[in-house]
Amino acid sequence: MTEEIIIAGFGGQGVLSMGKILAYAGMMQNKEVSWFPSYGPEMRGGTANVTVIISDERISSPILNKFDTAIILNQQSMDKFENSVKKGGVLIYDPNGIVRHPERTDINIYTIDAADEAAKLGFKKVFNMIVLGAFLKLKPLIEPEYMRKGLEKSLPLRHHGMIPENEKAIELGKSKVHEMLVLS
Amino acid sequence: MKDIRLMKGNEAIAEGVIRAGCDGYFGYPITPQSEVLEYLMATKTKERTGMITMQAESEIASIHMVYGGAAAGKRVMTSSSSPGISLMQEGISFMAGTELPCLLLNVVRGGPGLGTIQPSQSDYFQAVKGGGHGDYKMIVLAPASVQEMYDFAKLGFELAFKHRIQVMVLSDGAIGQMMEKVELDEQVPRWTDAEIVKMHPWATTGKTPDRERNIITSLDLNPVKQEIININLQKKFKHIEETEVRFERIMCDDAEYLFVAYGSSARICQKAVMLGRERGIKVGLLRPITLFPYPTHELAKLAKQVKGMLSVEMSAGQMVEDVRLSVNGAVPVEHYGRLGGIMPAPDEVLNVLENKFIKNKNYELHTH
Repeated sequence: MTEEIIIAGFGGQGVLSMGKILAYAGMMQNKEVSWFPSYGPEMRGGTANVTVIISDERISSPILNKFDTAIILNQQSMDKFENSVKKGGVLIYDPNGIVRHPERTDINIYTIDAADEAAKLGFKKVFNMIVLGAFLKLKPLIEPEYMRKGLEKSLPLRHHGMIPENEKAIELGKSKVHEMLVLS
Repeated sequence: MKDIRLMKGNEAIAEGVIRAGCDGYFGYPITPQSEVLEYLMATKTKERTGMITMQAESEIASIHMVYGGAAAGKRVMTSSSSPGISLMQEGISFMAGTELPCLLLNVVRGGPGLGTIQPSQSDYFQAVKGGGHGDYKMIVLAPASVQEMYDFAKLGFELAFKHRIQVMVLSDGAIGQMMEKVELDEQVPRWTDAEIVKMHPWATTGKTPDRERNIITSLDLNPVKQEIININLQKKFKHIEETEVRFERIMCDDAEYLFVAYGSSARICQKAVMLGRERGIKVGLLRPITLFPYPTHELAKLAKQVKGMLSVEMSAGQMVEDVRLSVNGAVPVEHYGRLGGIMPAPDEVLNVLENKFIKNKNYELHTH
């Protein structure tokens, strides 16, 4: 098993930390993992993205241009990465702020209203965990106990009190992911 | 119980030098390698092992602090990224002239000039052919994973003291910034002053009645003596070429075509090898781990077996010159590179190999 994932959105949406939690959890479950961020000036207010690979085998290239799953959180990233999903792959996006929806008919497209759900909770910080829940529902690569270990490893100790809130958000995301019907 | 962590390449080499018994780090921040200094500061090396971590006032100051520490027989290092390494060249040449061991890390970014902060491999010539003045070589190690960033700290210091030479770890922004699993090993104790006196009789540890003063200088105005110094340096480089070559062969045994790539380009080519095999192309990868000394003989051997070699580098074509020298015209050698901080994709380099050697089309370097 090898899962090649791109997570892309605005800087500040928790794109890089979502990838980090996933990579940590994968490592705790004894998988091979890599996490390769976009870094530099585009992180400040612009777009941010991270490539995460989780595999049972030694990972060859951490740098990719085709992905099994794309998690897309703003319009710029949709424009950039819609065509980078492998045929038959998965695209998950939050429709909030998206004006041009994905058009491909050869991939599986899902939506998650993570921004709305986070606003309803009155806790916008868990936005990225709702998105992560949607991903884990579709690609159950990581067992919940290892997700917890991943959270413990990647969150600083002073934030460990928030782990239950994050876990609830992941569960919420799992229940709210919605498949788009593809007209082909 | 193995100590396994998820770390950035820059953090891994910082942890690596602490555990290798490093005595002192002197550096100045620059993207994309600032995590090295940050990690050393945050982990409080002075309290952990007694290792000094110091932010100098400039790169020029950093390298001369390394010069001083190395003259005293200590395990010392600095790190920077391309523009900062350029500033250090005078100090590196002085250390070559005085045969002082040290560890240098270049997390390469795109140039020339301030260029970009994105990954590049355009400092190959500077590292391998000598960026400073004079006839000298450094041992150059090219890590292709976060684990190797960690491992090459210890290996680097071992080689530096074994041969009294400067060892450069030539990394790039991608290896520095990405996170992978790293397996850590035991702490190597720092040398005591008594051990340094015993192990390194050349070091300026303070004169004792039983020996002459040790003087560390690269200046000797007598050309006869200076020629002897140079001849001895060349003997040392020759010995290193004969004994310290390191490389990795990936699916080379039955290969008809060969990628030659180091660092993050080698990781991209590794995936390209897998994709190529799926397409039925017998392609392999030779990954030089030491860039000096270069795996010349291994490439010469492979030249008798393969129909063509493609050197893939994030440069306009630097290492390709050493590939061509190694095979000496025996097979066609082509170059493919992306510039200015752009990284090629695995299918992109495979398509180039196919077009150049199999479909025999002339493939021009393209830009998006």
